[in-house]
Amino acid sequence: MNRRTVLALAVGAALLASGCTGTGGTSKGADADAPDDPAKVDGTITVLTHRTDLVQDGTMKKYAAEFNKTYPKVKVEFDGLTDYEGEVKIRMNTENYGDVLMIPAVIEKKDYPKFFASLGTEAERSKKYRFTDYTTVDGKVYGQSPLGAVPGFIYNKKVWSEAGITDWPTTPAEFLDDLKAIKSKTDAIPYYTNFKDMWPLTQWTQVNGSVGCDEQATTKLAEGDPWADGADLRTADTLLYDIVREGLIEKDPTTTNWEASKPKLAKGEIATMWLGSWAVIQMQGAAKQAGADSDDIGFMPFPAQKNGTFCAVTLPDYNQAVNVNSDHKAAARAWIDWFTDKSGYADANLALSPLKDAPLPDVLGPYQEAGVKLLDLDDTKGAQVKSIDNQSEVGIYKPDYRQELVDLARGARKGSLDDFLTGLGEKWTEAQKNLGS
Amino acid sequence: MTDTTRKAARPVSQAAPAGPAPPSAARRPRRWRGVTPWLFLIAPLALLIAFTYAPIVNMVAYSFTDWDGVSPELRYTGAENYTELFTRPELFEVFFVSGYYLAASVVQIGAALYFATVLSFNVRFRNFFKGVLFFPYLINGVAIGFVFLYFFQDGGTLDAILSLFGHDGDRSWLGTPTSANVSLAGVSVWRYLGLNFVLFLGAIQSIPGELYEAAELDGANRWQQFRHIIAPGIRPVLSLSVILSVSGSLSVFEIPYIMTGGATGTETFVIQTVKLAFQFNKTGLASAAAVVLLLIILAVTWVQRRLVPDDKVDLV
Repeated sequence: MNRRTVLALAVGAALLASGCTGTGGTSKGADADAPDDPAKVDGTITVLTHRTDLVQDGTMKKYAAEFNKTYPKVKVEFDGLTDYEGEVKIRMNTENYGDVLMIPAVIEKKDYPKFFASLGTEAERSKKYRFTDYTTVDGKVYGQSPLGAVPGFIYNKKVWSEAGITDWPTTPAEFLDDLKAIKSKTDAIPYYTNFKDMWPLTQWTQVNGSVGCDEQATTKLAEGDPWADGADLRTADTLLYDIVREGLIEKDPTTTNWEASKPKLAKGEIATMWLGSWAVIQMQGAAKQAGADSDDIGFMPFPAQKNGTFCAVTLPDYNQAVNVNSDHKAAARAWIDWFTDKSGYADANLALSPLKDAPLPDVLGPYQEAGVKLLDLDDTKGAQVKSIDNQSEVGIYKPDYRQELVDLARGARKGSLDDFLTGLGEKWTEAQKNLGS
Repeated sequence: MTDTTRKAARPVSQAAPAGPAPPSAARRPRRWRGVTPWLFLIAPLALLIAFTYAPIVNMVAYSFTDWDGVSPELRYTGAENYTELFTRPELFEVFFVSGYYLAASVVQIGAALYFATVLSFNVRFRNFFKGVLFFPYLINGVAIGFVFLYFFQDGGTLDAILSLFGHDGDRSWLGTPTSANVSLAGVSVWRYLGLNFVLFLGAIQSIPGELYEAAELDGANRWQQFRHIIAPGIRPVLSLSVILSVSGSLSVFEIPYIMTGGATGTETFVIQTVKLAFQFNKTGLASAAAVVLLLIILAVTWVQRRLVPDDKVDLV
C-alpha cells in the first residue's frame, strides 16, 4: 500500500465511524407523578414553547411568577422557538429537549413512551380533561393540551349583513350563494384563502366530523376513503373548489399575506376565512389596532346540518409533555398541571378549556344560542391516520394538495375535480392496504 | 447502528494525525519536515471531514434505511428506497422546472459576459456600475425571496412600474405555472448575475493590456477584440460558469421555496426532497433522492468536462 491508499483508508474508516452514530438510551415507560407537597418540589425547568410572542412580551414570565406562589422552589425558564416543529425535531435526537415541551407533530404516537414521561392513566385523566386520547398509548396519557379550539368560519358581521344575510347558511350551496351576494353587494373579498401562507389551507381538514356529525370521523379516515361520495372531506374540498371556481376569492392567491389579512378582515375588506375559534382573539386584536369595531368579528360553523343541528368538533392545541430524560420530572409535572388547571391560559386566549366542567368561552356564545353540537372526536385511530397520510404522501394535514385544488379551480392546473379527488382517494386507500399488511 | 465499529475505528482516526514517536534524535529534523505539512492540514481537513464528508456518508447510510428523522429506531431496508425512487417517474417530472432555470442561466451568462466586457474598458462610473451589478449577490437569499414577493404582488412594484409605461398593471405574476417559473427564474438571474460578472471581470482583467493595444494598432474593433482576445482568454472561467449554472439549475431551492413553497408547478427536485423528508417524514427516501441528485450532478459535470476539456489558455 502506498501512502495515498493508507490515508484514504484512514479517512474512510473515520467517515464510516461517524456514519454509524446510533441513538442510544431507551429509558422507557417513566412516569411523571404529580407531587404531593408543592413546597418540597424544586429545580429549574425549561419549557419549550412555540408561543414566542408570549415569551417576548413577558406574559410567560407572569405565568411563572404566578406559578411560584404555589411552587416557590421551582424556577421556570422559557425557550421560545420560532420554527418550533423544525427545531424541536432535531433536538429530540438528543436528550436535551427541555423539561416541558409541546409534542411536535412529527413524533409518532407509538414513540411517545420513549420520549415523554406518562402523566397518568387514560381512565383516570379522561374524567377531568378533554383530549386525553390524543396522547394515549397503551392506556397511559403522555401529554395534555392547555387549550382547545373549534374550527369555523371567521366572518365580518357588518359585511355579511350589508349583503342582506341574517342567518347562518345551512348547506354548502347556500354558503356559496351568500358569498356571491357579498361579492355583488359589497366591496369585500368574499373569501380569503391565505394560499401563500399554506397552513390556513390545512385547516380545512378540520371540517372532518362536522358534516356527518360523527364522533368516529377520525376512525373513518383510517378505515375508508376520505373522498368517497358524501364523505366529510369531499364535502369540504368541493366547497373550497366551488368558492375558488366562482371567483369568490382574492385576486392573486399566490402572494397573500396572513398578517395583513387580519386587519383586512377586521375592517371589512375581507368577508370570510375558514380558521378556528383560536383566531377570533387575533382578529379582535387586529380590529382594535386598525381602529375597527372588534364586535364585528363573527364566528360560524361549517354550513352542514344533521337533523337540523350544526355540529362542530373540538380540537386540542399542542399537547404539553414531560421530557422522559428530565431530572426534575415532579417540577415539570407540577407546571403542566398548574398551567392546564389554574393559569387561565385558555381563558386569556378565548379558547375552549381542557377541563371538562369549565364553561364554554364567550367566543362560542353564539354557538350555544344556536344549539351547535360540540363533538369530542375519538382519536384512537389518530396515529394510524397520520401514518397513512405520510405513507400516501397525500398530506391532509399538509398544505400541498389543497394548493393544487385551488390551482385546479382557478385554472392554473389542468384536470377535473372528480379525477383529482378520486386520485387522492386511490393513493389513500392504497397506503391503507400497505400499512395493514 | 453498531457501536463496535465506532470503537474499533476511533484509534485509527486519532492516531493518524499525531504520527509515530521519533525513534532517534538524529533523524528528528527530517521526520518533522515530513510531518509539518500535515500539521497545517489538520484544521482544514478536520473541518472538511466533519462538515462535508461525514454528513454525506451519514446521508448515504440513511438512504438505506426507513428512518423517519426522529424515531430512535431505524430499520435497514437495503436498496428499497432506490427501487421506490426509480419506480415512481412522477418524482423526476419536477426536473422540467429546471429547464426554466437552465434557460435563465443562458441569459445570465450572456448578460454577465456583456457587462464584464463593457466595464473592463474605460467607462464613466465604472466602479459604481460594478458595485450595482455585484450587490444582489451579497443579499441573503431569504431576504431576496421576501423582497420579490412584494415585487410580484398583484398591484405590487412590478405592476406599478409597468403601469407607468401605460401597461395595464394588473397581473398575478406567480399565478400560472409558466409565468411563476419565469418570474422565479428571473429572480435567480438577478441574484446570481453578480457572481458570474465578477468571475468574468477578474478573468478579463488578467489579460495583459498590451494585447489590446497591439490589436488596436492593427485596427481591430471592439467586437474583434472580444472575439479573439477576451473570449479565448477567459475560456476556463466560462466553462466553469457553465458547469456551475447547470448544476445550480438542477438543484434550485431557496428562491422558489421561500416565494411559492413549490406551489403552482414551481416545485423543484430539492423542494420535493425537503418535503419528503420534513413533511412526510420519509428521511430515508429523501436521503436516497439527495444521493441520486448528487450522482446526476456529478455525471452532468463529468460529461461537460469531457465535451469541453480544460485546456491551457494560450494567448501570447
